[in-house]
Amino acid sequence: MAVVRALRGGGCCYCRLLLSSSSASSAGGPAAEGGERQESAGLHFSPPAHSCKDWIGPPDKHSNLRPVVFYVPPEESPLERRLREARQEAQACDQRFWARHNRAFRQEKEEFIYSRLKAKGLEMRDETGQKATLNAEEMADFYKDFLSKNFRKHMQYNRDWYKRNFTITFLMGQVALARALRRLRWKKKDAGN
Amino acid sequence: GLFVWHLKNPGIRQIPCQFVHLCRVANDRLITFQYFNFLKRMYVTQYNKDLSQRAKPKSDSVASPFRELQQLEQEKKIIHKIRPIPPVHQRLPETSSRNEWREIKSAAETEDSVTAVRAESKDDRQWKEMKLRLDDLPGILARLSKIKLTALVVSTASAGFAMAPVPFDLTCFLLASLGTGLASCAANSINQFFEVPFDSNMNRTKNRPLVRGQISPLLAVCFAASCGIPGIALLTLGVNPLTGALGAFNIFLYTCCYTPMKRMSIANTWVGAVVGAIPPVMGWTAATGSLDAGALLLGGILYSWQFPHFNALSWGLREDYSRGGYCMMSVTHPGLCRRVALRHCLALIGLSAVAPVLDITTWTFPIISLPINLYISYLGFRFYRDADRSSSRKLFFCSLWHLPMLLLVMFTCKKSFVEKEDKGDLLGGNRSRAMEIRLP
Repeated sequence: MAVVRALRGGGCCYCRLLLSSSSASSAGGPAAEGGERQESAGLHFSPPAHSCKDWIGPPDKHSNLRPVVFYVPPEESPLERRLREARQEAQACDQRFWARHNRAFRQEKEEFIYSRLKAKGLEMRDETGQKATLNAEEMADFYKDFLSKNFRKHMQYNRDWYKRNFTITFLMGQVALARALRRLRWKKKDAGN
Repeated sequence: GLFVWHLKNPGIRQIPCQFVHLCRVANDRLITFQYFNFLKRMYVTQYNKDLSQRAKPKSDSVASPFRELQQLEQEKKIIHKIRPIPPVHQRLPETSSRNEWREIKSAAETEDSVTAVRAESKDDRQWKEMKLRLDDLPGILARLSKIKLTALVVSTASAGFAMAPVPFDLTCFLLASLGTGLASCAANSINQFFEVPFDSNMNRTKNRPLVRGQISPLLAVCFAASCGIPGIALLTLGVNPLTGALGAFNIFLYTCCYTPMKRMSIANTWVGAVVGAIPPVMGWTAATGSLDAGALLLGGILYSWQFPHFNALSWGLREDYSRGGYCMMSVTHPGLCRRVALRHCLALIGLSAVAPVLDITTWTFPIISLPINLYISYLGFRFYRDADRSSSRKLFFCSLWHLPMLLLVMFTCKKSFVEKEDKGDLLGGNRSRAMEIRLP
């Protein structure tokens, strides 16, 4: 069952803090060896305990996005925590948007096919039991319609996506720099001793 | 290796014969040969449960990497349903093989679609640690930079260089090619960086490195910077500032104009056509140091070529564009889509006729190129009139061989220096200019 976790709202307008809906479609990865990761419970996957990296899974069947299980290091700095939470939020937002969007597309496509077939006086399934389909030219009207209906939604999502992408990448840069400096200071201390 | 493919189907053995024939037809130009080599190698079979074979042609144009960046973005793919193949080998019927061959050709244009069929689908179902392995890195970076598309872009730039009416300078040529290649890698990487969730939802692009988490966005940006900055610096300092400026402008146009515009307005196709037209112009300016009419003509030819190529391809991808939120003519303005394709097919005839007027080629060029230009115009007309899948596919596949053929003929009809010297025109000026821009 999905675990609903409360996360910071952040700047995402679609995010309702639902981190892991039905995203995991995989048959489960390596068995959990008591590894503690925050999100694994909902995604039906627990990375091995010795691993200290993030894990990425197969594409979700609704959103086609690949879920990530994030590793929480024991001494996570505030900056690293910000980065991880931003990535979790972004993942949840994207998941929610695309799952909903793709579902709507499939549904409306079915309805369109049904209404067109009905207008033509045909059934949804023909004699052999095969699902009747319309050819590309007939579907063109639906595609055009669907695209224009969702234009505003896409514009909003694009803006959010670009903002989130830049923020996360910038945070990654900061974290990488901080880690490099830390390692350098550590080495200097060692050399000093 | 970078490209792994698995020919499981015995029916596909017929393809090499056809391929060899194709090779014989155009065998005297290295670039064309390499192009067809790419076609051979860029074979895609990726099947999932419904066993539909997906050919992933290059997006907009074959020959312009920048454009390819865009084009590939646009996920041109042609889905061809074949009958389910049981695990035991089964011979496909003749027509399917032929269709597969066609799809192989079109698949050549995709940069990252070559995969081992079984291994890939198994990999896909598993959770993977997000750890960057150094021995995977070259392959990942190649896919990130769309190396095949980049190579084709560099070929167009080389064509521009070769057509310039100056003595051939090898150093300059190599520097220009390298700089263009690096700039193209940078632009392609940034493009992929911008489009991760959209790429995930499109079949052609769902196996890209960033989508699969094989590389972090930070690393992708760093790679882009480490290719783009040296690339543009090389063009500016090692070739000439004009070429460098064109390269930088093209990167900007592709990443900051074309990529966002794909989701906002159908005008993205025209912007993308410009992106595709700039590399040969860069090649020309690298050789001559100035933006002559000849450069603009070459750019114009590539610009016009983009439309029949991309519009025909996008005709078969309407569903994915609609769902993915991409604003393309084929979805929103289908009539315009076909009109524009036809218009530009005819424009190619006109532009070919202008070449001798500008002293780039002899008068044999428009005459020899007339048959292929007329043929693509005919297919463009059929596409305009019929507006169906088969006519769009015919036009698309024609565009794949039309461009290399046209450039080849152009090169062989290039006006030689001797004739020009006799006329006592600006060749002398060009020569001295060429000397000036050579490296110390």
